[in-house]
Order: sequence, then structure tokens, then C-alpha cells
Amino acid sequence: MSTFERGWAVTRTPPSLDIDAMLDDPGTRIIVCCGSGGVGKTTTAAALGLRAAERGRSVVVLTVDPAKRLAQAMGLTELDNTPRRVDGCDLDGVGREGGELHAMMLDMKRTFDEIIEAHADPERARQILTNPFYQSLSSSFSGTQEYMAMEKLGQLRRSGDWDLIVVDTPPSRSALDFLDAPERLGRFLDGRLIRILMAPAKVGGRSAFKLLNAGFGMVAGILTKVLGAQVLKDIQMFVSALDAVFGGFRQRAEQTYRLLQAPGTAFLVVAAPERDAMREASYFVERLAEEGMPLAGLVVNRVHRTPAASLSAARSCAAAEDLESNGEHALTAAVLRLHARRMQLAAREEREQEHFTSVHPTVPVTRVPAMPEDVHDLAGLRQIGQLLSSNGANSVSRSA
Amino acid sequence: MGTRDAQDTDWEGVRLHVVSGKGGTGKTTVAAALALALAAGGRKVLLVEVEGRQGIAQIFDLPPLPYEERKIAVAPDGGDVYALAIDPEAAMLDYLEMFYGMKRMGKALTRIGVVDFATTIAPGLRDVLVTGKTSEAVRRRDPRTGTRVYDAVVMDAPPTGRIVRFLNVTQEIAGLARVGPIRHHADLVRGVLTSPETAVHFVTLLEEMPVQETLDGIAELRETKLPVGGIFINMVRPAGLPDAALEAAFQGRFDTAELAAGLKAAGLAERTGDAGPLAEALTKEIAEHARRVELENQERETLASVGTPRYDLPLLPDGADLAGLYELAEALRAQGAA
Repeated sequence: MSTFERGWAVTRTPPSLDIDAMLDDPGTRIIVCCGSGGVGKTTTAAALGLRAAERGRSVVVLTVDPAKRLAQAMGLTELDNTPRRVDGCDLDGVGREGGELHAMMLDMKRTFDEIIEAHADPERARQILTNPFYQSLSSSFSGTQEYMAMEKLGQLRRSGDWDLIVVDTPPSRSALDFLDAPERLGRFLDGRLIRILMAPAKVGGRSAFKLLNAGFGMVAGILTKVLGAQVLKDIQMFVSALDAVFGGFRQRAEQTYRLLQAPGTAFLVVAAPERDAMREASYFVERLAEEGMPLAGLVVNRVHRTPAASLSAARSCAAAEDLESNGEHALTAAVLRLHARRMQLAAREEREQEHFTSVHPTVPVTRVPAMPEDVHDLAGLRQIGQLLSSNGANSVSRSA
Repeated sequence: MGTRDAQDTDWEGVRLHVVSGKGGTGKTTVAAALALALAAGGRKVLLVEVEGRQGIAQIFDLPPLPYEERKIAVAPDGGDVYALAIDPEAAMLDYLEMFYGMKRMGKALTRIGVVDFATTIAPGLRDVLVTGKTSEAVRRRDPRTGTRVYDAVVMDAPPTGRIVRFLNVTQEIAGLARVGPIRHHADLVRGVLTSPETAVHFVTLLEEMPVQETLDGIAELRETKLPVGGIFINMVRPAGLPDAALEAAFQGRFDTAELAAGLKAAGLAERTGDAGPLAEALTKEIAEHARRVELENQERETLASVGTPRYDLPLLPDGADLAGLYELAEALRAQGAA
């Protein structure tokens, strides 16, 4: 498109995102919901899972950190790292059979432990699992949650038990940590540091530093000085014990990464119609393109609409002023003031979305109106699913 | 607005304000407004960012901030806000230089991946570097006068779900390193974070999930003996209607006929002279509004049960732009938060 044309496209309408086509396509095997914190990723993932199941797919929803009541809505009362069947789905809703919904909450420590147990001999596994460094890493490493979410996704996919996996990504400090964490781990594993750290353990004792060249020896000296000898020893034990497991780690991380690039994967970027969230959404769209990850579209949650959109903010304000200066119909004036504010908010949200669409004109969009209450049950999730698939239509009376 | 005695504020003696909140609640905006409010009247405040998102630069409409303390805004009645985006790698090199005099060594360490290891792989080290740099700014004194360089430091902290782990990380490190220099450093940082000079504030909206997270976060802080600050209720919309009208709308018996008459009087009737359809649509809008106000009141009561100071920040119709920040800062001062 030429810049000339773009200049004229003041109120551009993005292509509509066809959620049902995506859910019904048997080729869609993985849906990844990503976006900044607080935009409703988990709710969106759960609603998509329910809708897909009720349209005949066998679905598992992998959530990372659901709000309590949402977890309860899906029957998840404990974090046990195993998919549980969700009861109460309306599986004949559209006359299709075979639908099923399972849901699970990620337990990152247990996922990590299981990998160690599966890939190291029992003695080595014991060494790793009891190492203080490992215990801390497996429950708090800034990328562990992201890494384990991807690991679990790979496991679910390899199990072949479901024909659709819907995953919601962790609320990361930087939004695409789930893509970056495996690479970061890889960079560390390929680095020279790991060889320095492992050298003494291999030869048996800190004196082995002497065997290394002067540069390495100096580094080891600094590490001892800064970290303290005990910490360094713990790290060395940990790293050398993990050595055997690491190869498998990287390989599977790469497999999962390729899985995400495969045509059966659909990324949904989730946002709210606010500046920060839309900016983050733009960033996601660009990063996904860079990584060759297939983007299905953008979900804009919490869009404010009004049943009286024909009355503009300006006219509403002017009318309120008239009434106020005449000192009559005070209540009507107050209603008009409220309406004007609502219209202003809607206009601002519209601008944020238009800005996104003018930068990414081909990205399909669906919108979900703001609801006064959070979702607490399957009926609520079902309603969100309907709104997602109809681009928020037939819902004006329910918006808030 | 005259100069006010600092004694009037709720947080007298607090020099480190940690601002957390669920994603999407406007944590960075509130941290920035609080920094402006604290600087008002000729004080010097440092606003610190710890997650590498460059949110402060975006809010103040500036190019990305470097790892360097620089003045970014002037507060009402004089006073300066400085900002610092803490980069864990740079903080680590700082740390090596400050405590071990090893500046050049930093480059070698970076090259072989030690810095990578410390800032991304090693559990908690990244956080201790960031909290360490922040508490260094809190404690820093002017070498000539011996007075503190900053009157207050405001940290735009990680979101509620991670805040306790983030602040408690010194303890986690202490668990790993029972003795030695890192332990010593961690103890120093923890001393600042648990002292009465620190307050951990939460930003929330009047919605179920952020309110629940706020309650959970406060309970967790209390358990770990970290100092609980105030609750900042963001994006508050005025009720806009008298209670009786809200009540009627909530119960579905709002007087639509009366509204239609008002609309007619205001010249908003259709050409046919009928204001009925518009009145119907607006009645629907008001009913939703009333339902929302009712839910917000419930959330407000829940927050009141916590027993810590609460502050209201109005929803800015045009979003949180620079002018909006000053408006929010004013609201915070008026309510005694700064």
C-alpha cells in the first residue's frame, strides 16, 4: 500500500478475525494466547477452549496462573500438573459429537523435577534435586515458568491425547520471555562460564583451577571472592550434575520452538484498548513475525460500547449545559454528562485501535465488550466465547 | 496550593516507596504521579524502573532512559524528579566496581558469560542487584554536606504476583549463601527494605481480580514482615447520579418517561418529536452504570477491611498524558499521600 493511500485511511477497519473457522479447522493444533499482564489472556484461553470443545474438538487448556474463581469455574481446585476433565460442558451445543474439555494448571517445579527424573540416573537425579541451587532455580528463576510452560506444551503435544491445545502464557516481565527463555538457557550452556564452573568438579577439587590458563584462573578467583567459596561449590556441583540432562533440554526446547513455528499453531495476541496494552500488542505482532511464528490475529478485550452511540459526546455535553443553565431537568443533565464521558472513553479506545490497525492493517481483529463482572462459571466463559466469535456483535445491551 | 509541612502526610519518615499492582492497573502511572507529588515544594525524588520496559520514558514522553540518574521533570512549587532505569547487567558491573574496585574486570566477566549468568540464570541475583542499587540510592549521602542525596525514592516495582518474591529475594539469596560477601550485601538490602523507611504500596482498580490480588499481596507482605503501605485506587469514575436515581436504575425502575421529557427540553428529540428511543437507550446505559457502581462499592468495602490508607485517583478522560500526571499528583497531595 502506498503512503498516499495510507494517508487517506483515517478510519480503517481491520479484517474481522474468524474465531470459529480457526477452532473448527482440524489443522489448528495449538493456540497460544499472549499479551501484556491484566488484559484477560487466561479468560480468553479458557473461553476458546470451552467453545472449541462444544464445537466437537478434544481440547486441553494449559493455564499458568489463573485467578482463583476462574480456576474454580473450570473445576481446577488443585495445582497437580495433570489435565483434569471439565464437567458441565454442553457438548451437543451445535450437534457435533466427540467434544471434550480438559484443563490444567502448570506446576513449574514439578515439571522441572520430572524432567530431571526422566533424564538422569537415580543417583544423579537425587544429587540435583537436593542441591540448594537447583531448589532455588526450579522455583524462582525468572525464566523457569516460561521455560516450563513451553516444556509442558511440548509434552502435551507429543502425548497426542488432544487434538487442540490452548495455552495461556505467563505474566512475564517482558512479554515474550516464553520465547526468549530457552535461548537464554542455551546461551548460558554454550558459554565459556559453564566450562569454567565445571572444570574443577570434573577433576575433583578447587585446586584444579590451577590447571586452567591464567585468564580462567583469575575469573575463578573473582567468582570465589564475589560469591564466596560455598556458593561457588554449590553452583559447580549443580552445573556438573545437570550436565547430562542439559543436552536433552536444549533439544526439546528447540523442538518446541519449531512446533510454535509450524502451520498448526495459531498465536492470538490479546490486548485491552489502552495505549500501553496496544503498544505491547504491536510489539508482539512484530516479534512473532520476526520469529516466523504464525499470527492468527488480535483479540481486544474490555471494549466500552454504548447503546446510545448516535448521540455524540459534544452534543450530549452541549445539551447538558443548556439544561443546567436553565435550571431544569437536573437528572437528565446528569445522564447526559455520564453519556458524554462514556462516548469520550469509547472514542479514545477507538483511536488506540485505529492506531494499531494503521500500523498492522492486515492483522485480523475481534473485540469483546467490557463486562461489569468477572467470569465465574462456564456460562460466563460460554458468553465470552460467543462474543469472541461474533466480533462482539449482538452484545451491545450487555456491555458495560 | 501553598507549601505544606511534610508532617501532614501519611508517610512521614518513609524514604523508599515501592509501588506494585496487578498488570493493567496503571502501576507505572501512579508511581510517576507519586514521585511528582513527593517532589512538590522543592524536594528531590528519584523514580526507579526495574523491569526494563521503559515505561517511565513513555509516560513522560522521553526517549528511552539510559542507566544513569537524570532529571526528567519539575514538580509543582519547585522540586525535581530524577529517573533511573536499572539495568541488572550495569548494576552488576557497578557493584563489582563499588565493592571490589574491579571495573575493568567487568568486561572480561561479561565476555565469558558471568554477567549473563548472574543476571538471568542465577536465581534471585538479578533481583538482589536491582533492589541493591535502589537501596544504595536511598542511603546515598552527599560527601560534602553529609545529607541524603534524595529526599525519597519511588520504585515502579514488579506486579503484585511477584512483588513479595522480588523484595524477599535477599532472604532467598541468604538461604543459598550462608556466609560471604553476597550474604553481607543481601543483609544490607534487606535491612533497608524491612525498615520503617520503606512502604510497599498497591495500585488497584475497583474490580474483583485486582482487589483480590491486592488483598493477597498485603497478606503475603505481612507474613514476610515487609512494611505495608497504602492502596491507590486508580481510574475512579464519579458516580455521576444521585443515590436514589442509581438505586432506581439498578432495580430497573428508572423513570424513562421523565428522561424523555428532559431530552425533549434539551432539543434532543428526533424530528418526529419523539425522544423515546434515545431515552430507552440511555436508560440501558444508566442501568449498566448503576450495576457497575454497585459492584465498585462492594470492592471499596472489601478494600476498607484491610485497614491501610486508601487514595482515589480519577480516571483521566484523555489517558495518562503528562498533564494528567500532574493532575494525579495533585490528587495524591490533596489526600495526604505525599
